[in-house]
Amino acid sequence: MLGLAILLLLVLACIAAPLLTPYNPEEMKLSDVLIPPNSAHPLGTDHLGRDMLARLLYGGRLSLMIGFLAVGIGLLIGIPLGAVSGYYGGWVDMLIQRVADILLSFPSILLALSLVAVLGVGLRNVIISVGISTIPSFIRLVRGSVLSIREETYVEAARSVGVRDWDIIRRHILVNAMAPVIVQATLSLGSTILVAAGLGFLGLGVQPPTPEWGSMLGEGRQYIFSASYIATFPGLAIFLAVLGFNLLGDGLRDALDPRLRK
Amino acid sequence: MTSFTHYIVQRLLAALITLIGISFIVFLLVRLLPGDPARVIAGLLASEDDVARIRTWMGLDRPLPVQYATFFGRMVRGDLGISARTKEPVLREIMTRLPATVKLATISMAIAGLLGVLGGVFAAYRRNSILDFLISVSTLFGISMPVYWLGLMLIVLFAVRLHWLPAAGSEHPTSYILPSFTLAAFSIALVARMTRSSMLEVLGDDYVRTARAKGLRESTVVLRHALRNALIPVVTVIGLQFGALLGGAVLTETVFGWPGMGQLLVDSIFARDYPMVQGIVLVFAVMLITVNLIVDILYAYIDPRIRYG
Repeated sequence: MLGLAILLLLVLACIAAPLLTPYNPEEMKLSDVLIPPNSAHPLGTDHLGRDMLARLLYGGRLSLMIGFLAVGIGLLIGIPLGAVSGYYGGWVDMLIQRVADILLSFPSILLALSLVAVLGVGLRNVIISVGISTIPSFIRLVRGSVLSIREETYVEAARSVGVRDWDIIRRHILVNAMAPVIVQATLSLGSTILVAAGLGFLGLGVQPPTPEWGSMLGEGRQYIFSASYIATFPGLAIFLAVLGFNLLGDGLRDALDPRLRK
Repeated sequence: MTSFTHYIVQRLLAALITLIGISFIVFLLVRLLPGDPARVIAGLLASEDDVARIRTWMGLDRPLPVQYATFFGRMVRGDLGISARTKEPVLREIMTRLPATVKLATISMAIAGLLGVLGGVFAAYRRNSILDFLISVSTLFGISMPVYWLGLMLIVLFAVRLHWLPAAGSEHPTSYILPSFTLAAFSIALVARMTRSSMLEVLGDDYVRTARAKGLRESTVVLRHALRNALIPVVTVIGLQFGALLGGAVLTETVFGWPGMGQLLVDSIFARDYPMVQGIVLVFAVMLITVNLIVDILYAYIDPRIRYG
């Protein structure tokens, strides 16, 4: 519940950004640079005089959106591949699993970095790169569930009355394999936000002046000795979002699989 | 062939297949880029002659499988090409940066193993106490915290405010403290969580009850009987953390200006130095595969059930 509360608060604050701050997140005001938090700018201003609260709230929209879209790519590609791999077995299974093994043998930030190196920097490429790095874990997870469910009597019954393979996978198997996928997707949202913000921090993610938590943190790094608050708040926001998704994921896992509750 | 030898041969084959797979992906990546791969490899400032020379060297006029075989053959011999940025052999540059990354990752792994196991044991032994709660909250924070933010905050506290430790560099022994703790934070949390749950399972087992019933000292029961068995899965987690540490090293090295491979990778991506990017990814892959192989073999050695699985 705490995780859900943290996330709701973050999401609502980002959506309600225009109500919470009068400033434009990209508007520079060179007479107001590096002002520490005060009543006019609750989180201060950055090196270009932009309001940090406005950048944090509008940037949050992008950071959270990257997380959701990247996990969406992982689900969209990982679920069908995992289902086909588990249901049909044989050489298809072997091929898909070897590819998943290879991708899994790499830490996600390194995989995403390698892909960004090829695709180039920018919002779209970050989503694609981070999204691809989430695919193998969904393939593995769905395959495992499908392997056990395909032996169930109701699947055998569906097969014996001539239901097509794809309909069996879609209507009977995947529906029952969704619980661990939901948990994994929630936990992945946290890790994709971490990786995407990491790319932004390195300067390989969303490009300025567009606000995004990781790139804001990267910019704040230059002023760590004189204005440490610039790096503090975006990092705190990333931390809270990841913490929220981790708590929510743990809670969902306990709720969906009571055996794990300790 | 004994079951252990059979297991090792199996793992070696799997490692080789993974290496071939990764090298194939790395080989393909440059060829998927828009434009002439020779131009991409040569770099932005290369002359037409350089591009022509690289085109011949890469064998771009030959079929793809032949190109890959040539690429793999060179890779095995340690020929990773020439850096487009410095014009130096890629492997030579990597080897000058490798020790710094390995040192940082190894120290962090030792810290993670030590603190993670200690934290996990205390939390499990004092289950449901304030200490358990504090350790559990800390581990949750540890796995949720961006490593790059933690590094910056530690710099603010220990370098900027308290002036106790240097903010960057790697010359002085004290320069290792902040980067290695930053890099270790995630792994400490993960190892502690794993140790806690593994210890909880073991502490409820019959042989632990028997050891207590025999009147053994509590420290002997916990350390010699429970911990030894609880550590089996933890060893694997610690080993597998090496991958996470290498990934985290890219970010940590950037935060602390650490002269390792991670920073070289980021610099090379910015400079579009693709031979260097390819080389670093391959060297990272070889390191990961080797460590995973050692962990697999160690695990089977410690727990014979694995070999028969």
